[in-house]
Amino acid sequence: MNIIPFFVILPLGCAFLISLFGKRIKNFSDILATLVSIFLFSLSLYSIFLVKGFKILVYKVGGWVPPIGICMVLDGLTSFMLVTVNLVSLLVVIYSLSYIERYTEKFRFFTLFMLMLAGMNGIIVTGDLFNLFVFLEIASIASYALVAFGTEAEELEASFKYAVMGSVASSFILLGIALLYSYTSTLNMADIANTLAQKASGKLLSFISVLFLMGFGLKAALVPFHAWLPDAHPSAPAPISAMLSGVFIKVLGIYALSRILFNIFGPIMPVLNILIVLGILSMVVGGLLAIGQTDIKRLFAYSSISQIGYIFLSLGIATPLAFLAGLFHLFNHSIFKSLLFLNSGAIEYSTGTRDLRKMGGLISKMSLTANTNIIGSMSISGMPPLNGFWSKLLIVLACVQSGHFILAIISVLVSILTLAYYLKVLKGVLFGAENIETPVKRITFQMQFSMAILALICIIGGLVLIPNLSNLFLKPAADVLLLGKGYAKAIFGAVQ
Amino acid sequence: MRSDEKGMSLIVKTITRLTVGLILLYGIYIVLHGHISPGGGFAGGVIIALSFIHLMLAFGKDYALKKLDEAKASILESLGGIMFLSVAILGFIGGSFFLNFFLKKGESFRLFSAGIIPLCNIAISLKVGAGLFLIFWALIVLYKVER
Amino acid sequence: MSIYFLCLVLFCIGLYCVLRKRNLIKIIIGLGIIEYAVNLFFVLVGYRFGGRAPILAKDQAVLNMVDPLPQALVLTAIVIGLAVTALLVAIAIRLYERYGTFDITKIRNLRG
Repeated sequence: MNIIPFFVILPLGCAFLISLFGKRIKNFSDILATLVSIFLFSLSLYSIFLVKGFKILVYKVGGWVPPIGICMVLDGLTSFMLVTVNLVSLLVVIYSLSYIERYTEKFRFFTLFMLMLAGMNGIIVTGDLFNLFVFLEIASIASYALVAFGTEAEELEASFKYAVMGSVASSFILLGIALLYSYTSTLNMADIANTLAQKASGKLLSFISVLFLMGFGLKAALVPFHAWLPDAHPSAPAPISAMLSGVFIKVLGIYALSRILFNIFGPIMPVLNILIVLGILSMVVGGLLAIGQTDIKRLFAYSSISQIGYIFLSLGIATPLAFLAGLFHLFNHSIFKSLLFLNSGAIEYSTGTRDLRKMGGLISKMSLTANTNIIGSMSISGMPPLNGFWSKLLIVLACVQSGHFILAIISVLVSILTLAYYLKVLKGVLFGAENIETPVKRITFQMQFSMAILALICIIGGLVLIPNLSNLFLKPAADVLLLGKGYAKAIFGAVQ
Repeated sequence: MRSDEKGMSLIVKTITRLTVGLILLYGIYIVLHGHISPGGGFAGGVIIALSFIHLMLAFGKDYALKKLDEAKASILESLGGIMFLSVAILGFIGGSFFLNFFLKKGESFRLFSAGIIPLCNIAISLKVGAGLFLIFWALIVLYKVER
Repeated sequence: MSIYFLCLVLFCIGLYCVLRKRNLIKIIIGLGIIEYAVNLFFVLVGYRFGGRAPILAKDQAVLNMVDPLPQALVLTAIVIGLAVTALLVAIAIRLYERYGTFDITKIRNLRG
């Protein structure tokens, strides 16, 4: 039996079952959500071995052959993204088992969470453009509701802003899909790529690229479209912030955009240059805005914008090394950014505040949180033994290798900027005078467990670059992006 | 109009009493004929939900909730979702997710001729009908809190 | 061609409404206009002049039907639009409860 549809079936069924029984049976939602996410993570690990040796698996939904029916695709990039998403979601579920006790109606949280997970897994595995749009909307609507989960004034306002901008972005994406359908009269991604290869490239294709750049760029919070992110991500409950900043913007923005731009349209020079410019802009503006923040979660959110810029920069350079570096940074960022957001949740849980000026001296009171916070911060600012260093080094090397020396210098400078504002966090939170009068609340074992595992991955993450592991995990993903328009041939080859 | 009665005037109530059953029946008709004529699960589900919303508008919130309260509607909605998913999963007995597993599909223009599509339509109508009713109910409850 | 242009005009009206209006409800209506402009465009993409509705009747050839796929897709998009609108209205009502106003210039705790 093929495993591909289970990435969507399991979280979707889990969501409905939780909403049916979660209220009546105690602890039902906790147990089911944990079991399903453990199972999903092991399935995604198994999927790595399925695609070993550059294989592509195509699943025909309902038995219909791809250009007519919907298909689901499992290739290197897919399994890479699936591992990233399901790893973070597993740890976030374990974390939120105890964290979410602060809110009422815990089962609704897990229902929405599982819907969001189903949407994200669906975006990753689908091979059909409109199906991608539907899953994107499932994930987005669940995230709008999750941002407003606390129903305080700020959360509602952030959620409203996020929902308005998000649905404008979805309209742009739908318009792009409509134009693409009118041009190629098919919706299957591989078939679109085939049809486009036969037609001469016209002006319409550039217009569609711009529409997709706007739509997915807004979902990924690139700089001209970033205004919603610093409101929405801090307002959500901490596990959801970790999920949104860690994997959500990467799946909806980076994965979908790179799949469309590289595998369907084929890399075009002007679009790649736009990606580089937007990436540099995001890196610099996000970093500069982050320095001035005093709310710890807002600072992390601006830092997300800055790090997303790195990934877009390396995608825009589009050499084999750059793809490898960008995807590695994507994985690393999802690990340490979720670690940092979970840390901020633990700090808020214990001290009741998120303001940097009101904290201090926590290193003596919360040793584990302090240590994981130091590891996460050092990793994101690129300190040598940790994983963030290796991916940033690879990005700089890719810039130098392709002759973009100015870009390399800018990335190093932004990395120093990152170090500056994370040192500010460390100084404000961990060291300095003890400002907290109230006794800190001890964080629970589940929260400690997730944070410790994420910190451990931060420390040993550099090992992924060892050739054996890299050939299994990173290289196939980068190869899919390198394949460009050969993707269509590979898919139809796998169907036969 | 007596002061203890909620809802709209007598004319509206009488007309509602006459028409609401027909509306519900029409919704069910649309659902069951969805695979051979325009309509289907979504349109039929909306009409079914509208019949309950119609009751709620004419007779007030409490009367309609006596017919279908929010807990039951919530159960129906989840059941609709699970039913749709299980129909899809049942496709695995034919070898593929979402497979139309009734191999003998009958002939065109007959009522039972479409395999799993009527089952999917019923599931969707449950999900949409209960969901739309719940949305309407939730907005009303929010409005009450605010005043 | 002018039909497609009118869709674009409708889209721009919606965008103006979202960007310029101060009332939360008007913003939601603007989003609805944007969605319907896109949906209308999508249906028109599949339209063929002189075509019939894509329903298989006993004496109808497949050749003169309009393209049914965009209609199915637009139906899905409408359902998604319904969900977004319902969520937005609920959030707007809750916001009114907290702030006592629908005016977006008075609801400004957060700034991008």
